[in-house]
Amino acid sequence: MKPTKTNAYSMVRRRENFHLNLMVLPGAVLFLIFNYLPMLGIVIAFKDYNPNLGILGSKWNGFENFEFFFTSQEAVRVIGNTVMYSLIFLLVDLVAGVGLALMFYNLRSKKALKFYNTVVILPRFLSAVIIAFIVYIILNPSYGVANHILALFGIPKVQWYMKASYWPAILTITHVWQTVGMNSIIYYASLMGLDEELIEAAALDGANKWQQTIYVVIPHLIPVMVITTILAIGHLFSGDFGLFYQVPKDVGILYSTTDIINTYTFRALRNGALEKSTAVGLFQSLTGLVLVLGTNWIVRRISPENSLF
Amino acid sequence: MKKHKIQMGQVVLHSLFLIMVVLYIVPFLMVVSISFSNETSLVRDGYHLIPKVFSLEAYRLVFSDPTQVLNSYRTTILFTAISTFLAVLIMGIMAYPLSRPNYRLKGPVSFMVLFTMLFSGGMVPSYLLIVKYLHLNNTIWVYILPGLVSAYNLIIIRTNYKSLPAELIEAAKIDGAGELYICFKIVMPLCKPVLASIGFLFLVNKWNDWNTSLLYITKPELYSLQYLLQRILNEAEYLKQLAETGELMGNEVFPSESFRYAMAMVAAGPVLCVFPFFQKYFAKGMTLGGVKG
Repeated sequence: MKPTKTNAYSMVRRRENFHLNLMVLPGAVLFLIFNYLPMLGIVIAFKDYNPNLGILGSKWNGFENFEFFFTSQEAVRVIGNTVMYSLIFLLVDLVAGVGLALMFYNLRSKKALKFYNTVVILPRFLSAVIIAFIVYIILNPSYGVANHILALFGIPKVQWYMKASYWPAILTITHVWQTVGMNSIIYYASLMGLDEELIEAAALDGANKWQQTIYVVIPHLIPVMVITTILAIGHLFSGDFGLFYQVPKDVGILYSTTDIINTYTFRALRNGALEKSTAVGLFQSLTGLVLVLGTNWIVRRISPENSLF
Repeated sequence: MKKHKIQMGQVVLHSLFLIMVVLYIVPFLMVVSISFSNETSLVRDGYHLIPKVFSLEAYRLVFSDPTQVLNSYRTTILFTAISTFLAVLIMGIMAYPLSRPNYRLKGPVSFMVLFTMLFSGGMVPSYLLIVKYLHLNNTIWVYILPGLVSAYNLIIIRTNYKSLPAELIEAAKIDGAGELYICFKIVMPLCKPVLASIGFLFLVNKWNDWNTSLLYITKPELYSLQYLLQRILNEAEYLKQLAETGELMGNEVFPSESFRYAMAMVAAGPVLCVFPFFQKYFAKGMTLGGVKG
């Protein structure tokens, strides 16, 4: 019997889909093992984990681990620091990134632009460890550059790694120094799509450079600014582990201004408080989920074309 | 009059940029300078942009017993190369079915991928999985397998595949090409720029990996380069231990400051010299992120 046309077609489709399934398989297996299996491990957050009894054998203890964290002094400090830095970085990244992109945009010489661009992007190639080295060159209490400069003005040496109040500024400057080049590229790429005739028209109408920037150039950047802001708000309760762990060198005296949720959970893991660390991690995951969905929902209501999904 | 004003603006811009260049270059020059400085002069005068007393002592010490540095180099090069190759290959293949309208499981698979962006089990469950169940700690695989595939990169690749004209794939099918053949011989070659950018970003992140060693590695020969650097920077004891295996001239002080930076130079220098040439790909990879999935 000759197969009908539709039968042959569905045979082809079935074979195609078999091949497509095979192509998805290796990646899907990796996602299942390294992303989905750990999700099952979340039960540890509700248990009194004992390594000898294993995950399933350990006793349930309800919300005790969460209670332990949220009623501790550390919770206020750690959550407060995380959110504070996230908000500062969000604002500073926006201003510095757009500012630098505008500087690039107004530069005439393309050769100079390429050179400056390469230089400011350089730190993005460096690991947190090297960044910590560089900060240490500046802040080393006995030999560092900062104290050297202060000495020129007759100001006595400052013990940078002993006083917590200096660190919000130090970490913010380090963060900006490291990331502003990369941030600006996203905005600069967007400016490449700006129609120059708009600026010429504004100039003909008598707008000066400043007015052109405020009324023509910056509005063009708003969609990109919205997307980066949604993403940043989704990360409100987490921070750059490398920056906060390496640069302050994990010094206990500085924790009051340098300890964030990521460094806290890491220390809890190293000290063997696995169930507490899991509980805080779960809190972080859930808040992240709610914040991304929430901001995205709001943005979709106001201007659907700017939403992420 | 007007021309003069515009020139002034450019001059101001260039001066601002030059100040930035100084702020970005000087720290690197300091590392170089300190590594070539004499230890006693460092202790007496502090760090300087130009060595007060030039010395190769720190480098002599580093190279007198380079076993640990070489081991870390080998480990880092090995896992960076293998994982970058595998990541590009696996994600390059996986993105293809997700870009095809005729793939039946597209919905569920896409959801499975996207959900990992929104929620994760966190650090401890991953840690237990890797150490207690998969026993990957103290093996090179712990650097390679976790984090090989990521939703973010997959979406970027898929979006790029989708932008290819559909006729291209239909024509190949009429000529009798199978899905695998189309993916390898048509789609992936055409999307080489994106795969290169993703691969390059992945490579940089792997090269800079220090926290994997911190959590999972206790064997010194498997330390990643960045982890080795971290221990040198933060642990005076470790520094001494490393140096004692090297030859130290009898009555001399141990040049701990310059030794640190010489080590940093040896570990990071070659990479810093190479990276600017790849900057083009790097920038491209970053702007790709702006494409909506």
